Amino acid sequence: MTPILPSLLLNIENLCKSYGTPDGSVQTVVDVSEFSLDAAQQTALCGTSGSGKTTFLNLIAGILQPDAGRIELDGCTISDASEAGRDRLRARTIGYIFQTFNLLQGYTCIENVLLGMSFGLGADRRWASELLERVGLGPRLNHFPRQLSTGQQQRVAVARALANRPKLVLADEPTGNLDPASAAEALGLIRETCRENGAALLLVSHDRDVLGQFDDVRDLAEINRAAACPSAGGAKP
Amino acid sequence: MSLLQIVLRSLRQHLLSTVITAFSIALASGLLMSVWVVKDQARENFTGVDSGFDGVFGARGSKLQLVLNSIFHLEASPGNLSWEQYGQIAADRRVAMAVPIAVGDNYQGYRLVGVTTNLFEVEYREGKKYAVSNGYLFNPKKKQAVVGSFAAERLGLKVGDRFHPYHGLFFDENKQHSETYVVSGIMEPSNTPSDRVIWIPIAGLQNMAGHNAETATDVSAVLVKLRGKSSGMMMSQEFNLQGDVMTFAWPIADTMSKLFNKIAPVEMVLRAVALLVALVAAGSILASIYNSMNERRREIAILRALGARRLTIFSVVVIEASGIAALGALAGFGVYFVIMSIAAWIIRQETGIVLSPLEFQPVMAWAPLAMLGLGALAGLVPAAKAYRTDVAENLTPIS
Repeated sequence: MTPILPSLLLNIENLCKSYGTPDGSVQTVVDVSEFSLDAAQQTALCGTSGSGKTTFLNLIAGILQPDAGRIELDGCTISDASEAGRDRLRARTIGYIFQTFNLLQGYTCIENVLLGMSFGLGADRRWASELLERVGLGPRLNHFPRQLSTGQQQRVAVARALANRPKLVLADEPTGNLDPASAAEALGLIRETCRENGAALLLVSHDRDVLGQFDDVRDLAEINRAAACPSAGGAKP
Repeated sequence: MSLLQIVLRSLRQHLLSTVITAFSIALASGLLMSVWVVKDQARENFTGVDSGFDGVFGARGSKLQLVLNSIFHLEASPGNLSWEQYGQIAADRRVAMAVPIAVGDNYQGYRLVGVTTNLFEVEYREGKKYAVSNGYLFNPKKKQAVVGSFAAERLGLKVGDRFHPYHGLFFDENKQHSETYVVSGIMEPSNTPSDRVIWIPIAGLQNMAGHNAETATDVSAVLVKLRGKSSGMMMSQEFNLQGDVMTFAWPIADTMSKLFNKIAPVEMVLRAVALLVALVAAGSILASIYNSMNERRREIAILRALGARRLTIFSVVVIEASGIAALGALAGFGVYFVIMSIAAWIIRQETGIVLSPLEFQPVMAWAPLAMLGLGALAGLVPAAKAYRTDVAENLTPIS
């Protein structure tokens, strides 16, 4: 077993996740023998559709429970934790940015950001305002998502992901719904704000422009054996 | 954000269904309280009103009709007693006071009751006697009238006004008597059926033009105060069982209780309907939240992805259901006051019995609490569905 070094934030060993299919067979979606990430490191995973990237991120976030393997995050073994323990760890340690933003439509910008900290550190309105100011939405604190452009909605999602002062930000195709100009702007913002807040960033994308901005780009197909051999019961979309 | 704030946002987000569901709870809660209060207060008031008398003598017939006619000024008289019979009752050593009354005329639907002035010496409630608040008591030898407060208000009568009585208990404009009566006084409100009555000297009513001269000295009933409880039992035995000339309704409250006991099954049905409405309203909470669960699955998944625990989500839904029930229960007081104001007005108009909607009744505490409990219970089903929501599956938009 690889000992966790002081700077090591995330360490994954022999991670496996499978799903039952309607025809009764078992489909392995994630099969990762080793993966690690240092604190404040920014890494991009190159993954095509069906490479199991969302499942991989959901396993790291503790949203899904692995069938086998070990995930250690910030010194805690998230893979062994109970569901409530995983929820708690996610609330305190992880920020999540989704391709579809996943903002709550009935909540204003600031309420969405406050929600991001409600289950972890507790609501801090000043910090929420500062984050929204930082992403350029200071004048729109009380706007609802439907009153914002797509790019602005993604910026709210970025602010929300950082609301609980996470050690790790997971970003699943965060620019997938944006036009190229907005995508570049959003990506720059995500990277900058993560750096400013000392958060590591693990981003998955299949967009070459996005991947090109990272020094550390890894191919998910190389990490995830299930994605590499889809014909042998590999990852699903 | 606290759980409560999350619940408030959710209620705001589903404002229309929140308002409609809360309104159905309000109707149910208001109806529940109204049915209970009307039933309890009506029974209490009808069985509590005896106008200060222990019993009523009347012609042979129904005790209930006798009490309704002489105490509540409803119904027709079961028949007359002669002046001699009245004298015999008044002279009975077991009777402390006897007040004869005669009915048979009205003014615009409000009953004229002929009475002797000793009625005004009786305490109709402990420490309370009928009193004239404006003007003075009628002179037994003159065509004067004192008008009950409610009747005066409805008829617009004031001291010094003149009016012609009409024959019969129900208003018929073709049956006007030629006599002219002058309003000598207006009664103080007593919150009893007497407020709906126009009191005139008994001789005046007996001798009204057009009445049968042969029965001119008859009375409709004799209200009596007895010297002791044993007198009542003895007289009831004597007049009701051994005699066959007069009926003695004693005690008055018993007669009314029997009436309410007879209609108890109707009350039970009303209560059952009110409870059923409450259950249906609780079901509406369940239906409204449960039906919105499909659209909420993504919201729940997002909250879970942000770190909310299953139990937190479960609690949010239960608190939301309880919140709707609480809003409804609160608004239920408004519905209750509207229903009760109308019911109290009608009951006072028709019977003179005054209900007190503002008087605290236990149902005002338990009905809203029951609605709250039912609301929370109704929330358990959608809460269980929310609890089971799969996060990963629902994080992607439903397309």
